[in-house]
Amino acid sequence: MKKVLSALLLAVLIIPVLLAAAPKAAAETVTINVYNWGQYISDGTDGAIDVNKAFTEATGIHVNYMTYDSNETLYTKLKTGGSTYDVIIPSDYMIGRLISEGLLEKLDYSNIPNYQYIEEAYKNTAYDPTNEYSVPYTWGTVGVIYNKKYVDEADIGSWDLLWNEKYKGKILMFSNPRDAFAIAESRLGYSLNTQNEEEIRACAELLLEQKPLVQAYVMDQIYNAMEHEEAWVAPYYAGDYLQMLEVNEDLGFYFPEEGFNFFIDAACIPTSCTNKEAAEAYINFLCDPEIMAENLDYLGYSVPSEAAKEYMDEEAIANPVAYPDAETLARGEAFLSLDQQTNQLMDKLWLTVKTSGGANYLLYGGIAVVVIAVVLIVILVSRKKRLARRRSGYTR
Amino acid sequence: MRKAAKIVTVIIFVFLYVPMMVLAVASFNKGADISVFKGFTFAQYKALFEDNVLLPLLLNSVIVAVVSALLSTALGTAAAMGIHRMGKRARRLAMGVTNIPLTNPEIVTGVSLALLFAFVGTMLKIKNVLGFVTLLIAHITFNLPYVILSVMPKLRQMDPNLTEAAMDLGCTLVKAFFKVVIHEIMPGIISGALRAFTMSLDDFVISYFVYGPTFVTLPVEIYNYTKKPLHPKIYALFTLLFIVILLVMVLMNVLQARDARQRREIAPLRKKVRQ
Amino acid sequence: MKNKFLAGPYLVWMALFTIIPLVIVLYFALTDSVTGRFTLSNLAAMKDYLPIFLRSIWLAAISSIICLILGYPVAWCIAQTGPKVQRFLYMLVMLPMCISFLLRTLAWVAILEDTGMINSLLGRIGISPLPLIRTNGAVILGMVYNYLPYMIMPLYTVIIKIDPRLVEAAQDLGCDHAQVFGKVTLPLSVPGIVSGITMVFVPAVSTFYISQKLGSSGTTLIGDVIESQFKTAYNPNLGAAMSLVLMILIFICIGLMNRFTGDDDEVMTL
Repeated sequence: MKKVLSALLLAVLIIPVLLAAAPKAAAETVTINVYNWGQYISDGTDGAIDVNKAFTEATGIHVNYMTYDSNETLYTKLKTGGSTYDVIIPSDYMIGRLISEGLLEKLDYSNIPNYQYIEEAYKNTAYDPTNEYSVPYTWGTVGVIYNKKYVDEADIGSWDLLWNEKYKGKILMFSNPRDAFAIAESRLGYSLNTQNEEEIRACAELLLEQKPLVQAYVMDQIYNAMEHEEAWVAPYYAGDYLQMLEVNEDLGFYFPEEGFNFFIDAACIPTSCTNKEAAEAYINFLCDPEIMAENLDYLGYSVPSEAAKEYMDEEAIANPVAYPDAETLARGEAFLSLDQQTNQLMDKLWLTVKTSGGANYLLYGGIAVVVIAVVLIVILVSRKKRLARRRSGYTR
Repeated sequence: MRKAAKIVTVIIFVFLYVPMMVLAVASFNKGADISVFKGFTFAQYKALFEDNVLLPLLLNSVIVAVVSALLSTALGTAAAMGIHRMGKRARRLAMGVTNIPLTNPEIVTGVSLALLFAFVGTMLKIKNVLGFVTLLIAHITFNLPYVILSVMPKLRQMDPNLTEAAMDLGCTLVKAFFKVVIHEIMPGIISGALRAFTMSLDDFVISYFVYGPTFVTLPVEIYNYTKKPLHPKIYALFTLLFIVILLVMVLMNVLQARDARQRREIAPLRKKVRQ
Repeated sequence: MKNKFLAGPYLVWMALFTIIPLVIVLYFALTDSVTGRFTLSNLAAMKDYLPIFLRSIWLAAISSIICLILGYPVAWCIAQTGPKVQRFLYMLVMLPMCISFLLRTLAWVAILEDTGMINSLLGRIGISPLPLIRTNGAVILGMVYNYLPYMIMPLYTVIIKIDPRLVEAAQDLGCDHAQVFGKVTLPLSVPGIVSGITMVFVPAVSTFYISQKLGSSGTTLIGDVIESQFKTAYNPNLGAAMSLVLMILIFICIGLMNRFTGDDDEVMTL
């Protein structure tokens, strides 16, 4: 027993020492925290390049890689604080929002020489007009993924498919407000960047109307559900469709006729960054044409650099899903950063949409009555008991 | 009635183990999809041993579990002794505090700690406050009540005269403390420590709110993973873990049985000594 | 060591990491997310989420009752066996809790899904898929499955402590099995029932994982909403207000439950 105890005490004493020593050991190697979308980098599966490993081999800098599933999750993480991230890859509108709230560092482009390979079309954008905060990673579009086995070809073509009663319970929907509202907005013919309260409320109504048909509000779970046919219809990013297609050949994709979102995702450095130079080295590495080519060959997203295209799989570049023709692209609209009021309204309405329904007030009213009755009985009984006990105490 | 209860019991045991069987079968599945069995293979186990993501995360979980179990056991045992000696009102207050993390939903504990750490982080201007230390603090906090609750009953059972007897027989206060008190409540300490260890090893909800990018535990990563298709090697990992835990539990059972037998043999002797 | 100050470090720890965090939750619940000024609007917004609170309480209550109905015979059966078997069976009840509850829930998803095990079996014999997953029933199943051991443990602890002589005495006095159960065993196991219900109800009412995986878009629970406010829709103030209300609700429930045991404890000591 003594031995056990002394071992225990020893352990308690040693551990703080070890803890104090641990950071010192870690300090020898530089590690950066990279926070990116899920399934959004070539990670070495199926013989493709492992970008993070290649970066460590090239520079000696270690990568601590983490993923999020929506711009809003990323935003929440940054706002909540407490964690450092060195490189993040948000989408256009979120970059605008982060810049306006002072959450991004200005980049030192002299450390990112590969920025020259990025095409002019993806520079001087609305979200970062002066090219100070971001380096494009990919661009892409949002469309509808459907399973050809179950979905009638006659039903496809527009966003209406997501409101089609025939596929009730087999429809997935974005779980982040911006992408979800965008679908309703383009279905109603509004701008994807509308800040008109009435229009946004009308969209919320439309989404509420869709809710009974929706199987789940999800992001990356769409992969699993679509691949093994748990769901048949889902709006998602074109690049991800190409990844799903490799698992399930029955999946189809189309650009809705009403219009759709066109986006650019770009690498940025948040203010919580602790090692800016290493972070810039990472961003530079991502822009290296050969690396970018291999990475995007795997991802299926569209490449923002002609130089990288030269190294890419020819079939991939010719794919009309990743690189739609000019006529289709003309229907696309980019997101802009919305003002705070609109963001708040959208968040609030979206929460209402997600939490509504299934409320059977008669049932709940009944429960409430029962609960109150039980409470009253408990109180009465316990009081009676106490009185009885007190009385019996006196008589005894 | 007895028969009906027995049938229910059997059904419940099957019910409790159905998902475990599903996981075990999935670990031998050729396909990645858990619900479709495509053929038998050991490939997932091979992938598991070559893996360099899951195992470090499991190690992280074990580190947090061990350290938090040790620290909360030390702190909690001392606390239990202190509370045991308290007056009625003070004890009531202390036990009230102990009850807060026990009755609070985990999500509220997690959220409240997350807010505290974020607050401290901004106060002290530390950018990366979330990490191993915050995770450890959170785990110790939810472990402490369990340790106290397993030590307190043993203290109550203990004969208060034992320490005095030991001191009469020439022990110093400190020696008497270790020889008698700690010895007497050891089963409580051990079961408290084990409980703390298992609680913290599998904790997801609280960790989810206080983990930082530098230190991620396995359950948190599984949650992040499940948004994407899960790699079947995870099933292999948990099938192995299940077997290990089963063996440990059986072993503990045997040891406990032996211990109980010894105690039964010693008990009459003790009574004699006391007389 | 007669020193009550041994509890000092513990009390300081609890003050720092339990009391102060709760004060911060209160602070967040009472301030505005943008301006940081005092406001009651977060708490006032709770009326919009009343259906969700009710739904969470309803599902958790049903799960607790099912756990009690299923758990009682199990605990009773375990208590009837010999000491060695008893220890082994008790271990079997504990064992599932050592395996990641996320994965076990996921296994249920694989069983219940439209393309899952049960439905593909049914499909093979020509029955079209049943709506098993994404129903209230699936959520309740998930809760019962995950928290049943928390019910069995306290029940078992209480039942083995029941003095067999009391049962014999009741039988001698002419009680049949049902009467013995109703007049002796059941009343004496009330403390176990109360603590079992508490241990099932609290995690069930605040869960978010089970409802995310097994529930539908119409079974959002209060835990889901709190989680989303802290993880995806940055609004910790609203989340804090919900946490506060949830916490108060649970403390009220437990306070009421303890009234049952409070009385019976005294009965037992008589």
